[in-house]
Amino acid sequence: MNISDKIFKFFGGIKPEGHKQISTRNPIKRLPLPKELIIPIRQHVGKMPNIVVKIGDRVLKGQILAEPVANMSAATHASTSGYVKEIKPMNIPHPSGLPDQCIVIETDGKDEWIRLKKIDIENISLSNLLEKLKHSGVVGLGGATFPSHIKLNANRIQTLIVNAAECEPYITCDDMAMQEMTQDFVDGVNLIMHILNIPKTIIGIEDNKPQAISKLNSVLDSSKNIHLKIIPTVYPSGDEKRLIYLMLGVKIPKEKRPTELGIQVFNVATLISIARFINYGEPVISRVVTVTGALGQPNNYQALIGTPIQQLIKDAGGDPSQEVIMGGPMMGFKLPHTDVGVTKAMNCLLAVTDEMKSKASTEMPCIRCTKCVEVCPAQLQPQELYWHAKSKQFEKLTDDYKLFDCIECGCCSYVCPSNIPLVQYYRYAKSEIREQAKSSEIADIARDRNEFRLFRLEREKKERAERNAQRRAQVSDEDKKKLIEEKKVAIEAAMKRVEENEE
Amino acid sequence: MIEAILITLSITILIGLVLGYASIKLKTTGDPIVDKIDKILPQTQCGQCGYPGCKPYATAIANGEADINQCPPGGDDGIHKLADLLGVEYKPLNAEHGEPKPKSVAIIDESTCIGCTLCIQACPVDAIVGAAKQMHTIIEKECTGCELCLPPCPVDCIDMQVIPETTENWKWKYPIYKIEQQN
Amino acid sequence: MTEYLLIIISVVLVNNIVLTKILGLCPFMGVSKKLDTSVSMSAATAFVLTVGSITSWLVNYYLLIPYGLEYLRTISFIVIIAAVVQFTEMVMEKNYPYLYRVLGIFLPLITTNCAVLGIPLLNAQLSHNLLEAALFGLGGALGFSLVLILFASLREKFEGADTPELMRGSALAMLTAGLMSLSFMGFIGLDRL
Repeated sequence: MNISDKIFKFFGGIKPEGHKQISTRNPIKRLPLPKELIIPIRQHVGKMPNIVVKIGDRVLKGQILAEPVANMSAATHASTSGYVKEIKPMNIPHPSGLPDQCIVIETDGKDEWIRLKKIDIENISLSNLLEKLKHSGVVGLGGATFPSHIKLNANRIQTLIVNAAECEPYITCDDMAMQEMTQDFVDGVNLIMHILNIPKTIIGIEDNKPQAISKLNSVLDSSKNIHLKIIPTVYPSGDEKRLIYLMLGVKIPKEKRPTELGIQVFNVATLISIARFINYGEPVISRVVTVTGALGQPNNYQALIGTPIQQLIKDAGGDPSQEVIMGGPMMGFKLPHTDVGVTKAMNCLLAVTDEMKSKASTEMPCIRCTKCVEVCPAQLQPQELYWHAKSKQFEKLTDDYKLFDCIECGCCSYVCPSNIPLVQYYRYAKSEIREQAKSSEIADIARDRNEFRLFRLEREKKERAERNAQRRAQVSDEDKKKLIEEKKVAIEAAMKRVEENEE
Repeated sequence: MIEAILITLSITILIGLVLGYASIKLKTTGDPIVDKIDKILPQTQCGQCGYPGCKPYATAIANGEADINQCPPGGDDGIHKLADLLGVEYKPLNAEHGEPKPKSVAIIDESTCIGCTLCIQACPVDAIVGAAKQMHTIIEKECTGCELCLPPCPVDCIDMQVIPETTENWKWKYPIYKIEQQN
Repeated sequence: MTEYLLIIISVVLVNNIVLTKILGLCPFMGVSKKLDTSVSMSAATAFVLTVGSITSWLVNYYLLIPYGLEYLRTISFIVIIAAVVQFTEMVMEKNYPYLYRVLGIFLPLITTNCAVLGIPLLNAQLSHNLLEAALFGLGGALGFSLVLILFASLREKFEGADTPELMRGSALAMLTAGLMSLSFMGFIGLDRL
């Protein structure tokens, strides 16, 4: 292993206070089994999977609860053995606060695994492996939850980049996972390199993780062509496009995906899950969650998916009435309900500190100081985006000011001296623009249908008129007279019958 | 004196000839503004504007017969867009033509439907499937919420259901923060 | 050579027809709500100004002065300008029907634009030769377009501003025009070479 020499630097970025030491003092903790698990059916980007169990069924640990439908979908598994208690819409960790379909499992304490089958990586075809991965529940565990089997369906990848940056303050789950599950992590890297025939891997890690760096250095000695590249601690180094630039100096253009340029990026926790699935047959049923912030004992927990988060918060010395952010202080959102279960996207639970509360105070007018322009990693103009989003002028945002290049990292809101919640405005503008595009598509379809209906009515009228004209033309005068006579006779006979009946 | 008259006359005749020739050469046909207006309208085809559909309303606006504030499903946003397109002043929605309602779809109560096909004939986008004496049903995806099927139904079995907000169609709201009183 | 350059600079910046001479305010205020309509309006006015001032000069020099008919200047200039505007309208309607409709009444109003009549009359008054008259017209057109586009961009920017209800629209536009006029006074002395 050697450290790649050239360090590239991306434009902008900020260096906030890390607050990482408070949650890395102790090793990853495992809590006793909770009484109930609240498992949302859909924890990924894509279609809602099909539930294959019913109320009252006994399920084993690792048993599939919902099968993926279509390609852009992933499976959901039971995190421990027990009985399916309820299948109904319940509160999920989502910024809207709206409920979604969940399965509640009443645990039986036995923690009995289903029969696991490891995968023979040497004797399996790529398509079979991807099919198995689709049913393994592995999704991007960095927070994006993109189904990983789709990411592995790529060829001609030259470089694998491992996202070990973990740039957001407070979050330390990947750091601890690399320190404690190092072998699984390295297995994951080797497996991906083997599956996709990737010649080179670069692990991008920030310099605020000295223990993880030394641990990796000691383990990676035996591996080939896996480089460890240490980058300075700048937020947001962990964003996909920024990380690729830091590692390789390559800028990915807007329309292209990294795979088209022969680069693939994976998160540490995702690689660990892939390794455990292939080597031990274990589907995704738990993840490392950092519970930190304004609590007594911040710590990292290996939590089962579906664990009520109150259990974690209580163990970390917090109290149930606190406001909790899911994710980090820059990109996370406030949980509207705290009676929810751990999901695959939940990398951190952050109890809101007083410092954060004071930052979120009243919004003042924009003074056009352009501090936000200096820190934007996507090199956009946040003050122009804010100007147009605030006054709801959405026409110019997409093409002229490139709103959809914004990665919502929060650097601009962080430096704004007027405390303007800039990212909220961009999210609002993006939602509105997307909805307008959708309504416009629906309107186009409705217009086409309406036009076709008018055309159809015209056509029917014309056909009817033609048919009538034809019929009238066919019947000659003689036949017409005969028809009239026959009709008269029939009518008289009917009238007679009526009179006879009356008598 | 004479020269003055002659000169002015000659100038005007010359100009008249040039303009006359130009007007023949540069004749225009058709008016694509109707399509531009139609693109803004929401295509609900509900008739609340007073015209039998969105295209006739667009034509009426283009001819100057109709005002831009007659479309409730388009809402304030639609009126602003029309005002921008036509270069006229924005006017608030004319209440005579109805109030904006939340987006809904129609649903047929299948236990009451008698299969008379009257609603099928009324639907402007052919979103109702059925035949005489067969069960009728509404294709939810195609229904625009125009409510034109409700009056013709003889047994009153069609209802409007508001589309609920789910995690699929939820969108971020305009940022509003409570102003706290500092004491 | 220097005189021609001076003419252009003085008409565009120092003696700007809209902000310094205060001529042609009608389209300046009326069409400047959106940038694209302003661009098309300035193009139309530029065309009318240049062609109009050249034609007017020709009529003045070859028809009016030799026959001593200077008193017919105003009427004949107006007729010529009206004809050019009519021609421009026809071309616009054929090739850019959307812009034609959006500009609406302001297109025929170029006929009554005091700048469009003022520049030919100034040409006659100052006894320019043909080249000077053409440059004067062209410079006037450039100055008008410059100020119109600047003003329209400013007004579009103000659309998104959080202005008090009372000040929105025309009030703010008038204030802006006044401030722009003040700032263009800074060009005084530029033509003293």
